[in-house]
Amino acid sequence: MSLALIAALPFLGALLPGLLIRSGRTACAMVTGSVTALALLGILLHAPAVLRGEVIQTRIEWLPALGLNANFFLDGLGLLFTGLILGIGLLIILYARFYLSSKDPMGQFYSYLMLFQGAMVGIVLSDNILLLLIFWELTSLSSFLLIGYWKHLPEGRQGARMALAVTGAGGLAMIGGMLILGNIVGSYDLTVILTQKEAIQASEWYLPALILILLGCFTKSAQFPFHFWLPHAMAAPTPVSAYLHSATMVKAGLFLMARMWPVLAGTPEWFYLVATAGLITMVLGAVIGVFKDDLKALLAFSTVSHLGLITMLLGFGTKAAATVAVFHILNHATFKAALFMSAGIVDHEAHTRDIKRLGGLRKLMPVTFAIVCIAALSMAGIPPLNGFLSKELMLTEAVETPWAGNAWILPALATIGALFSVAYSFRLIAHVFLGPVRDDYPHKPHDPGFGMWAAPAFLALLVVLIGLMPMTFAGDLVRATASAVIGEPAYVNIYHWHGFVPALFLSLLAVGGGLVVLGLHPRLEAGWNAVPRPEAKAIFDGLVEPFARLSRRVTDWLHDGRIAGYFAIATVAIVAAGYYAWSSTTAGVVTRDLTPIAPVAAVGWLLLMGCTGALFFIHRSRLVTLVVLGVVGLMVSVGFAYLSAPDLALTQISVEVATIILLLLALNFLPKADAEKITAGRGFRDLVVAGAAGLGAGALVYALMMRDFFFPTISDFHLANSYIGGGGTNVVNVILVDFRGYDTFGEIIVLGIAGLLIYALAEALLRGGPANDRLLSWVPDQKRAGDRHPLMLVIATRVMLPVALLVAVFIFLRGHNMPGGGFISGLVAAIALVMQYMASGYGWTAARQRVDYHAMIGWGVTIAALCGVGSWLAGRPFLTSAFGYVHPPVIEKFEIATAAIFDLGVFLTVVGAVMLALASLSRFAVRAGETVNTAPFDIRPDQSPASVAKEGH
Amino acid sequence: MELLVASAIGLMTACGIYLMLRQRSFPVIVGLAMITYAVNVFLFASGRLTLGLPPILRDDAAGYTDPLPQALVLTAIVISFGMTAVIVMMALGAFLDTGSDKMDLDDDRAEDPEARK
Repeated sequence: MSLALIAALPFLGALLPGLLIRSGRTACAMVTGSVTALALLGILLHAPAVLRGEVIQTRIEWLPALGLNANFFLDGLGLLFTGLILGIGLLIILYARFYLSSKDPMGQFYSYLMLFQGAMVGIVLSDNILLLLIFWELTSLSSFLLIGYWKHLPEGRQGARMALAVTGAGGLAMIGGMLILGNIVGSYDLTVILTQKEAIQASEWYLPALILILLGCFTKSAQFPFHFWLPHAMAAPTPVSAYLHSATMVKAGLFLMARMWPVLAGTPEWFYLVATAGLITMVLGAVIGVFKDDLKALLAFSTVSHLGLITMLLGFGTKAAATVAVFHILNHATFKAALFMSAGIVDHEAHTRDIKRLGGLRKLMPVTFAIVCIAALSMAGIPPLNGFLSKELMLTEAVETPWAGNAWILPALATIGALFSVAYSFRLIAHVFLGPVRDDYPHKPHDPGFGMWAAPAFLALLVVLIGLMPMTFAGDLVRATASAVIGEPAYVNIYHWHGFVPALFLSLLAVGGGLVVLGLHPRLEAGWNAVPRPEAKAIFDGLVEPFARLSRRVTDWLHDGRIAGYFAIATVAIVAAGYYAWSSTTAGVVTRDLTPIAPVAAVGWLLLMGCTGALFFIHRSRLVTLVVLGVVGLMVSVGFAYLSAPDLALTQISVEVATIILLLLALNFLPKADAEKITAGRGFRDLVVAGAAGLGAGALVYALMMRDFFFPTISDFHLANSYIGGGGTNVVNVILVDFRGYDTFGEIIVLGIAGLLIYALAEALLRGGPANDRLLSWVPDQKRAGDRHPLMLVIATRVMLPVALLVAVFIFLRGHNMPGGGFISGLVAAIALVMQYMASGYGWTAARQRVDYHAMIGWGVTIAALCGVGSWLAGRPFLTSAFGYVHPPVIEKFEIATAAIFDLGVFLTVVGAVMLALASLSRFAVRAGETVNTAPFDIRPDQSPASVAKEGH
Repeated sequence: MELLVASAIGLMTACGIYLMLRQRSFPVIVGLAMITYAVNVFLFASGRLTLGLPPILRDDAAGYTDPLPQALVLTAIVISFGMTAVIVMMALGAFLDTGSDKMDLDDDRAEDPEARK
C-alpha cells in the first residue's frame, strides 16, 4: 500500500463516524476501527522489508518551487511509531466504544480521534520537514479537540486551551528551527538532511536551530519546564489520555528528537540541553507522582517522568543509549496505555479516581487487578517484565556517562528517579487494590465486560511476552528502529542477567528505597503538603491573562459592531496602501494614445455619470433608486457593447434584469424610504472617504489604460489556439468552456451554492420564529393593484415564452462561435420563466413547473463534472475538450464539441440558481398573505366576478 | 475615451463606497451593486480599450480585442448576481427577524422589547 494512502486513510476515516453514528454506536466503532486496521495492515505489509533494513518511499511533487513535497518514507523508526499509533489506536477505538456513555456524542469523538491519528501518522511518515510541520500543527489542533471533548467541563476546556497554547507555541518555534535547518542543507527533504551532519553541526546557525527545534520537542513531550500542561490535559476522557499520553502526542517530541538524532546529537550543546532537561523531568515527575491522589494525575506525572527518562537517554548522544531509548519507547507505550485504560475502568466502575477513596478492589475486580499488577510492576522495573529490561539498560548507560566531568551525579539522580518510580507504581497497586474491601465506594465496583478489558489485557500480555522473550518479540523491531535512529546497523542484544554490575545494585537500591517511601507515605505526604510549591497553572494563567486582556481590548475597540466603520477603515487602508505604492515608485511612460470619443459615447457617459451622481442625493427614496440603478446597469452594458465586448453586454443586460427583479421583490418587504439621518459631519466624512476611493480607482485605471502591458500577455495564445485547439471562433466562450474550464466549473459550483444558500435562508426564516410571525401578520404598506395579473401581460408573456426559450437555445448553440453561450442563454431562459411568475402569479407558475430548481443545479454541476471526467476516459487531463464536424441531411455543416456538453451544465446551473433565488423570495410574499391564484388571470370575461372569486380561493 | 471610462469608474466607486457607508441595509446593497459595476468595468478596462474589434475570429478581421479580461468579467458578473441575491436575502431576513433594517449592532435595540419581537 502506498505510504501516501496510509497517511491519508485516517483522514478519510475521520469523515465516516459522523455519518455512521446514525447506524448505531457499534457500527460506528467498527467502521472507524476497520479504517485504522486497514492502515495498520498496509504498514504491516511493508514490515518485513523494513525489518530487513530497506526504506520504503512514496514521492509526490506538490509545490516543488517551495521545496514542499508530499514525500513519505518508512524506515525502522517510522515502523515502530506507525505500529504504536495504529495498533494502540485500534485498541483505543475498541475501548472507547465501551467507555463512552450514551450521552457522549460518539461520532464526534471518533472523528476527532481519526483526525489526530492521521496527523500523527503523517508526522512519523513525512520525508519533508515542511510537510512534517503541517502534520505537527495538526496534532496540536486535533489534540485540542480531543482534550476538550467534554465541553461542559471547565477543566476540560482550560486543559485543552493550555495544551494548545504550550504545544502550539513550541510548534511555532520549531517551524523556525526547521526552516533554518532546511536553509543550511539546501533541501527540505529529511532523507537529504539526515546525511548532512557535518554541514549542520559546523554551521553557526546550529545552536539557534537546535534550541528552536528542542523547544518544539520539549513542549510536545512535556519536558521541564513545559511539563505542566500534561497533567491538566487529564480532564480529557480516559481513552484520549491513554492514547495521547502513552503512544502518540507526547511521543511526537521524542520521535522528532530520535529522527533528528543523527544530525543534531553528539555535540556538548545537545548533551547538556537534552540530557539535563530529561534528567530533571524524570526526577521531578517521579517525585510529584508519588504524592498525587488522583489515579490519572499519578499516571500523568509518571508519564512525564518516563518521557524525561527517554529524553535523557537520547540526550546522552551515544549509540547504545539511543538504542535503549527506542526500547523504552516501546515498553512505555505498552504498560502505560494498559494502566491508563485500567484507571479508566476503575473510574468507570467505582465512579471515583481518588486513591484515598479506593482500596481493596483486588477481590471485587480481579481481572483489572491482574492487568494493573503486570503493567505497574513493569513500570516499577521488576523482573522479568519489559520495564525491568529497559530500566536496567538505562541505569547501565547512566553509570557510564559523566555529567560535567562528574561521574556519580547521573547515576545518583537516575536512581532517585527510579526509586520514586517504584514508589508510585507500588502505591498504585497497594492503595487501590490491596487492603480491606471498603463499604463506602461511590458505586459498587466490579469487573467490566470483556470489551472494555480486552484492550488493556492484550497490552499486559505484550508486557509479559516482551519481558520474557525480548529478542523474540521485540529484538528485530528494536534493531531496525535503532539502526534508523543512529544511522548505521545497531547491535541489539537484550537479556535479563548482566551479572553483578553497578546497574543491578542501583536497581535493588531503587526497589528497596521505593518500598521504604511507600511505607513512609503518610508521613512524607504530610511534609509534602506543608511545603509551599509553585502552582504551574496559576503562573501560566498569570502570564496569559494580560495578553488575553490586551487582545480583548483591541478586538472590542476594532470590532464594535458598527459595520460602516469596518468598511471605512478597510477603504482608507486600501487607498493608503495604493497611494504608498504609487508614490514610492515610478509608473513608466505613457505609451498609448487616447481613443477618440464619438458623440454617442459622450451621450452614454453623460447618462451614466448623471445617474450615478444622482444616487448620492436620491438614495433615500428606494424605488427611484432602483430605476436609476437600472439605467446605470444599462449604460454599463451598452458600454461593453461599444467597447468590443458583445458577450459582456449580453450578460450584463440579462443580469441587470434579474437583479432589478430581485431587488424589487425584496423592496416589497423593506421600508420604502430611508429613515437614516445623516449628520453633516458624518456625511462629510463619508464623502471624503468615498471621494478618495473613487479618485484612486479612476486614476489607477487611467494610468493602466494609457500604458501597454509590461509583461507579454497570454491573450495572444488564446486568440491563436481558440479555433485550432478549441474548435470555436468566439474566443471568450472558448476561454470559458475550454482554456479556463476548470475556473468556470468552480464558478458554477459557487453560483449553485449561492442559490441553495438563498433557499436555505428562506426556509429557515419561514419555518417559524419572529420573521415568520411578522410575515403572517403582514399589512401591505402600499396599495395593491386591483388587477394583479393583467390580461395583456399574461397573454404577452405566454406568447413570448416559446420565443424567448428559442432565443435561449439559439444563443446557447451559437455561443461557441458567436456571442452567446451557456451563461447568457441561462440568464435569458431564467428571465423568460420569471416573466411567467410576474405575469401569471407564483402559484399558477409553480403548479406548472415540471423540473425542480435544486435538481437543475445538481444536474448542471454533475453534467459539467461528467464532461470533465469524460476526458479521463480518453486518457487526457480533466476537462480536455474534443470537437468534430458532422453533416446531417437538410441542415448545413454542424459542429459538435464536448465543450457544448460542459456549457449545458453551465446553462442548467445558471437557470437553476437564478430561479431558485427569485422563487425563494416570492415565497415570502405567499407567506405574507398573497393569495395563490389558480386561474391564469383574475378577470375572466366569460364569467361573473363572484363565481371567479369563489373558485380562486 | 479612456478619460470617460476612468471617470465613470471613479464616480461609480465613490458612489458605491458612499452608499455602503450608510446605516440602512438597502443603500448598502445598492452600493455593493455600484461597486460591482465599477470593479467589473475596471477589470475589463485592464485589457485596454478597443473599438470595433470584437474577439470573434474572422478571416477579414483587422485585429482583436483582449479576450481574457472579458472571459473573467463575464463569470464575475454572474457570480456577483449570486452574491447580491444572498445579501439581499440576508438583509431581508434580518429586517423581518428584528423589525429594523439598521446595519449596526445597536445596543439600544437589544434593550428595546418592541424591536426584538
